[in-house]
Amino acid sequence: MLRKILSSRIAVLLLLAAMIAIVPVLAPSSFYLRVAALVWIFGLAALGLTILTGYAGQVSLGHAGFLGIGAYAVAVGPAKLGLDPLLSLLLGAVLCGLVAYAVGKPILRLKGYYLAIATLGFGLIVALVLTSEGAITGGPDGMQVPRVVLFGWRIAGVVPWYWISGGALLIGALLALNILASPSGRALRALHDSEVAAAGVGVDVAAKKLAAFVISGVYAGVAGSLLALMNGFITPEAAGFMHSIELVAMVIIGGLGSVVGAVVGAAFLVVLPQALTVLQEYEQAVLGLLIMVFMIVLPAGIVPSLRRLVLERAA
Amino acid sequence: MTILQVNDLGITFGGLRAVDGVSFQVSLGEVFSIIGPNGAGKTTLFNLVTGIYRAGRGSIRLAGEDVTQLAPHLLVRRGMARTFQNLQIFFRMTAIENVMVGNHLSERTSLLADLFALPSVARQNRRTRERALELLERVGLAHHAETTAGELSYGVLKRLEIARALAADPKVLLLDEPAAGCNAVETEAIDRLIGQIAESGVAVVLIEHDMKLVMKISDRVLVLAHGKRLAEGSPRVVRNDPAVVAAYLGEHGAREADRAHG
Repeated sequence: MLRKILSSRIAVLLLLAAMIAIVPVLAPSSFYLRVAALVWIFGLAALGLTILTGYAGQVSLGHAGFLGIGAYAVAVGPAKLGLDPLLSLLLGAVLCGLVAYAVGKPILRLKGYYLAIATLGFGLIVALVLTSEGAITGGPDGMQVPRVVLFGWRIAGVVPWYWISGGALLIGALLALNILASPSGRALRALHDSEVAAAGVGVDVAAKKLAAFVISGVYAGVAGSLLALMNGFITPEAAGFMHSIELVAMVIIGGLGSVVGAVVGAAFLVVLPQALTVLQEYEQAVLGLLIMVFMIVLPAGIVPSLRRLVLERAA
Repeated sequence: MTILQVNDLGITFGGLRAVDGVSFQVSLGEVFSIIGPNGAGKTTLFNLVTGIYRAGRGSIRLAGEDVTQLAPHLLVRRGMARTFQNLQIFFRMTAIENVMVGNHLSERTSLLADLFALPSVARQNRRTRERALELLERVGLAHHAETTAGELSYGVLKRLEIARALAADPKVLLLDEPAAGCNAVETEAIDRLIGQIAESGVAVVLIEHDMKLVMKISDRVLVLAHGKRLAEGSPRVVRNDPAVVAAYLGEHGAREADRAHG
C-alpha cells in the first residue's frame, strides 16, 4: 500500500506542486524566491538526465551544451532575428532536439567512459562557439535577453518567472513519469540493465537511446531558455563544463532514475552554495565534503535511500 | 515443417574457426539439441543464428526467408527468440516487467503517445500486463510477479528468461543451457516446460550439458566438436556413435545417457 502511494504518479506531482506552492509563503524576500526558481529550472534540466541516465543508463557530460543553446535561442532570436521570445523558446527547444539527434546518432554507439568523453566534447564545442562567435552572441561578455511581453503584459521580476519555472517543472515531471510507465520507458530501463537482452526481445536499442538523448536535450534546452529569460542576461558560462557536471551530480545525489530525486538533487546543488557563502573561502571545500558525505551515507541517492528507509520502517 | 535452416555457417576469430561450416534444420514442434564439449562453438553458433555475430560464411533462413545479416532486434520480429547462458535479466525491474518488455514488439504505442500518456498507452499497458501474467503462470512464477528480479534465485530467473522469450511469440526458441545451475526439482520443471513449448508448435533449439535432460526430451541431437559437426541424429543414434562417445560423452556419460533413456 505504502509502496504504491510512494510510487504513484499523482503523489509525486502533488508533492512537487506542494513544494512549489509553499516556498512563496515561507520566503522572507524575493532573493529566496529567485533561488527556488533556479532550483525548478535546474530541476527541469536534471529531469532530462533522469530520463537519459536514470532510465536508460546513458551518461552525458555535455548537457550544459543544450542549456546554452536554449539560453541563447531566447537571446539571439529576438535581438538579432526579431523573433518573438516565446517563439524563440520553442525554436530553441526544436533546435536542441535536432542537435541532439545529429550528435546522438553517431556517438550513442559508444558506451560508458567513451560516451561520456564524446558528450563532453559536444558540450565543449557549444561553449566554444558561443564564446567565439562574438558578432552574434556577444562573445565572453554575453548578451542581454529581451523581456517577454505577453498580451501587453511585460513579464519582469522574480515572481512571474518563479511560477512559470515551477509550472514548467511540473509539466516536465509529468512527462518523465508518463514515459516511465509506458512501453518506451520499459524499453529504456531494459536496455539499461542488458542491451543484448533488450535487443533479444526486439527493442531497437540504438533508436531508443537516441530518443532518450533527444528528449533530455529538449528538457535542458527549455531549462536554459527559462534561465536566460529570468536572468535577463546570458553568458557562455551557461554552457560551461561545470554546469554539465552539476547536472550529472544532481541526478546522482538526488537518486538516479527518481523524478523527485532530480529536483532534490537540484535543490542540493543550488541552495547549498548559497547557504554556504557565510563560510566565505571555505564554501567550495565544505560543499565538496557534503557531497562526499551524502554519497557515502546515502549511496543510492537521497530520495531512493529515504524511500527504502520509510518502507522498511513501515514493514 | 522446416522453420529454421542453417547452411554451411561459419565464423573466424583471429584465425580460430569457432564455427566451421555447420548446417542443420529445425522443424516446428521439434526439440533440437546442440551438444558438445566446452569450447565446441555451441554458444557461438547461437550468437550467429540470433544475429549477435555476423556470419563470415553461410546462410540462415527463417520461415524460408534469408535472414543471414539481420540485427537481433529484427530477427525477433521474424519469430526468433532466445535465452542466454549467463543470465541476461533486467535486474532492476520486477519479474512481470521483465516479461512485459518481452512483449515489446506487439506493443502499438508511439513515443509521443507514451510521453503524453494517451488513453491508448493505458490500454496497451493493461493488455501487456495481462499477457505477461499469463506467461508467468505458464512457467509457474505468477507469485513472483511483483518481485524485483534482482531478488530472485538463479533457477527462478532461468524460467523468467524463458517466459520473457515466449512473450515475443517466437516460432523458433533458442535456449542456451536453461537447466545450468538448477537443482533437480528446477530441472524437472524446465524439462516439462520445454516439452509443453514444443507441443504448442514452437521449434525449440537447445544447448544443454545435462545429458539426462538432452537424451530425454530431444527429438534430434547435433554434436559439435571444434566448431564442426561431429554427428547428428536421434538421441539413440548419437549416443551410440563411437566418435561422439570418444569426443564427448566418455564411458561414464554414455552409461548415464543409457540409464536416462531407460
